[in-house]
Amino acid sequence: MTQAPTSNTPMTKAHSKANLAAELPKATQLKWLRDMQLIREFENRTMQAYQQAKIGGFCHIYSGQEACAVGTIASVNHDDPIVTAYRDHGHALARGMSARACMAEMFGKITGCAKGKGGSMHMFDRPNWLYGGHGIVGAQTPLGAGLAFAAKYEFEVMKKGVHPHHEPKKKVALCYLGDGAIDQGAFHEALNLASILDIPVIYIIENNGYSMGTAIHRHTANHENLISRGESYGIDSIQIDGLDIRNVYNQFKPFVDRCRENSRPGFVDLKTYRYQGHSMSDPQKYRTKEEVEEYKNKDSIARLLGNLMDEGAITEDGWKQMQNEIRDEVLDAVEFAENSPAPDPAGELFTDVYALPQKNLSPTAEYHHGAKNPLL
Amino acid sequence: MTTLEMIDSKIHPALGEWELPEFVAEADLPSREGDRVIQFREALREAMSHEMRHDERIFLIGEEVAQYNGAYKVSQGMLDEFGEKRIIDSPISENGFAGMCIGAAMYGLRPIVEFMSWSFSFVAADAILNNAPKMLYMSGGQWGCPIVFRGNDGAGGQLASTHSWCVEGLYANVPGLKMAIPSNPYDAKGLLATAIRDPDPVFFLESERMLGDKAHVPEEQYYIPFGRARLAREGDACTLVSFGRPVNFCLEAAEKLAGEGIECDVLDMRTIRPLDIDAIIESVKKTNRVVVVDQSWPFGGVSSEVITQICERCFDWLDHQPVRVNTEDVPTPYAKGLEAAYLPNPDKIAAAVKRVIAATA
Ligand SMILES: Cc1ncc(C[n+]2csc(CCOP(=O)(O)OP(=O)(O)O)c2C)c(N)n1
Ligand SMILES: [Mg+2]
Repeated sequence: MTQAPTSNTPMTKAHSKANLAAELPKATQLKWLRDMQLIREFENRTMQAYQQAKIGGFCHIYSGQEACAVGTIASVNHDDPIVTAYRDHGHALARGMSARACMAEMFGKITGCAKGKGGSMHMFDRPNWLYGGHGIVGAQTPLGAGLAFAAKYEFEVMKKGVHPHHEPKKKVALCYLGDGAIDQGAFHEALNLASILDIPVIYIIENNGYSMGTAIHRHTANHENLISRGESYGIDSIQIDGLDIRNVYNQFKPFVDRCRENSRPGFVDLKTYRYQGHSMSDPQKYRTKEEVEEYKNKDSIARLLGNLMDEGAITEDGWKQMQNEIRDEVLDAVEFAENSPAPDPAGELFTDVYALPQKNLSPTAEYHHGAKNPLL
Repeated sequence: MTTLEMIDSKIHPALGEWELPEFVAEADLPSREGDRVIQFREALREAMSHEMRHDERIFLIGEEVAQYNGAYKVSQGMLDEFGEKRIIDSPISENGFAGMCIGAAMYGLRPIVEFMSWSFSFVAADAILNNAPKMLYMSGGQWGCPIVFRGNDGAGGQLASTHSWCVEGLYANVPGLKMAIPSNPYDAKGLLATAIRDPDPVFFLESERMLGDKAHVPEEQYYIPFGRARLAREGDACTLVSFGRPVNFCLEAAEKLAGEGIECDVLDMRTIRPLDIDAIIESVKKTNRVVVVDQSWPFGGVSSEVITQICERCFDWLDHQPVRVNTEDVPTPYAKGLEAAYLPNPDKIAAAVKRVIAATA
């Protein structure tokens, strides 16, 4: 019964430095530019709407980190499941959620991706294999292992899809977390499980240097060598500069391909920076304006734009046109959200609680089914 | 633009294709009488193995479930039958493996997660309370979480404070989950079979004290619907309502009381969520007296909930205020005598019934 402990040895550490991005069609990179700009513009309007009290609750802005979501998602297949934390608008948009569904969710409208039941922190998109948007720091990390476990199980054990019309295949799951989440026990349990069970889940630490207002050197030990955390569990680990999307792709793509091929987990310290406060209610006393400026000078959108212009892939006019299209798309999303109806409490408060509502599940509530999710 | 389609299926479409078993009336279930006498733990195993044979999406994970054959031998032999890809030994990592299985359930598998004891589930509380029962709601009906968490619940083996939890008082508070708690081998099999086929997260509470209990259990698979109590004994003097192991104490108490001419209805509730309040009301309308016996603590727990519902639903039928017998409201002690004094027992239950009857004679 005892297995040889081969599976726990880290894979070869010869990380590729090939310039894969250069081989991609320019159209692909223009799409990256567009996706990143869409997130930036979307977040600008999100902040505006928040200040107008159209959006409530906790709301975490993704600006500055665009190359992370767009670059990593570009490196996997559309049906590779992904899961993330509460700073999730960028992942949702990069995965293909419409700006309308995303904005309407924050406006608390029935047309939102979670019918207005989730809000900013809970972006779910089943057709795009996005499993949330999770609010408890670190809680999504065991879920990520479970998604990859299930995909592998359906491929290896069942040899057929758990859902009809979906062929099983070798998948990876991407699980995003912040640098603050690496301090959570759940994450360490997930790493251990992923390693001993050979689960192809890639943990992507979007390391923006802060856990809320606590700088990384104040919240985690050995912060300059985060990948040692992954390595200590026998997991192939890599640090990537996440401000340059071409670099993200060049390094992440072969990394994730290898994890898929070998059915092994991965650990990525993806260095990035957030431009806005932790959430919409953050006076940012813990960092200097100069620091923020320094990072804005290394902006990932500006960098890709500059490269593409130098290479003649886009002109000044082309860029203006792209920006205009995106502005219109986001304005349309805001208008859509604004004009959509709120979920009707009589109809929707007691729906989606149970998949099989029954009598006497509650002394006060009658559960029932309501509207089908608009994304389905 | 915003007229959304309404769901018209019985099972939420987030669960995909889902086959419910056919539920039959109590009288049409296979007989409880017979000579196929097996242990409670074997009944649990039969329920799981049968479902696993018919649905490859189901797997079992937990500490020592595979090579060790189960810390309490519930999963004995299952590794041999199903192999290590479906019977999975986990590290001692409840938060990790419970959370992992929730992810797997969202994806479309149907995990059975064994907690060696529900007492160890608190380190997984975030996963099992914050994720599993809320996923369908939080995602606006995009992903469900068909999962069974099962394990030993309750005191009684001198395991002292940390290992003797009755989690029903705490966990039943959370909407989105279902909770089953069998009191005998026959129900253990029929309820666990239903739990595995249920599309919602089910918290299934077993008792280490009862795993060796023996009774006739039919070989065929049968499904006891959730939310249907069993009238385990009939009488008209007082209604005894209970859950899980203390149902047996109620039956003992009722036997003793019968010797004194006091005949009680004993209701084995079988599930806590849903709660068959209709069966309770029906009985209370006959007896006009009720004692609720609950192995968790009294403050804001299962007995409080049952009594509140009785007061809300059939107050005028009561000749005496409802009475409860719980474990005493202290941490679980170790010493044999202290532990015995702490637990509900037939004497405490009989005394409560007699008090109620004396006051209303
Ligand atoms: C378990 C838990 N504790 C605390 C919080 C409150 N909280 C939300 S985000 C956050 C900081 C997390 O920072 P990080 O993981 O680096 O992610 P980032 O916000 O930088 O994306 C805190 C303390 C929470 N949501 N969950
Ligand atoms: Mg951070």
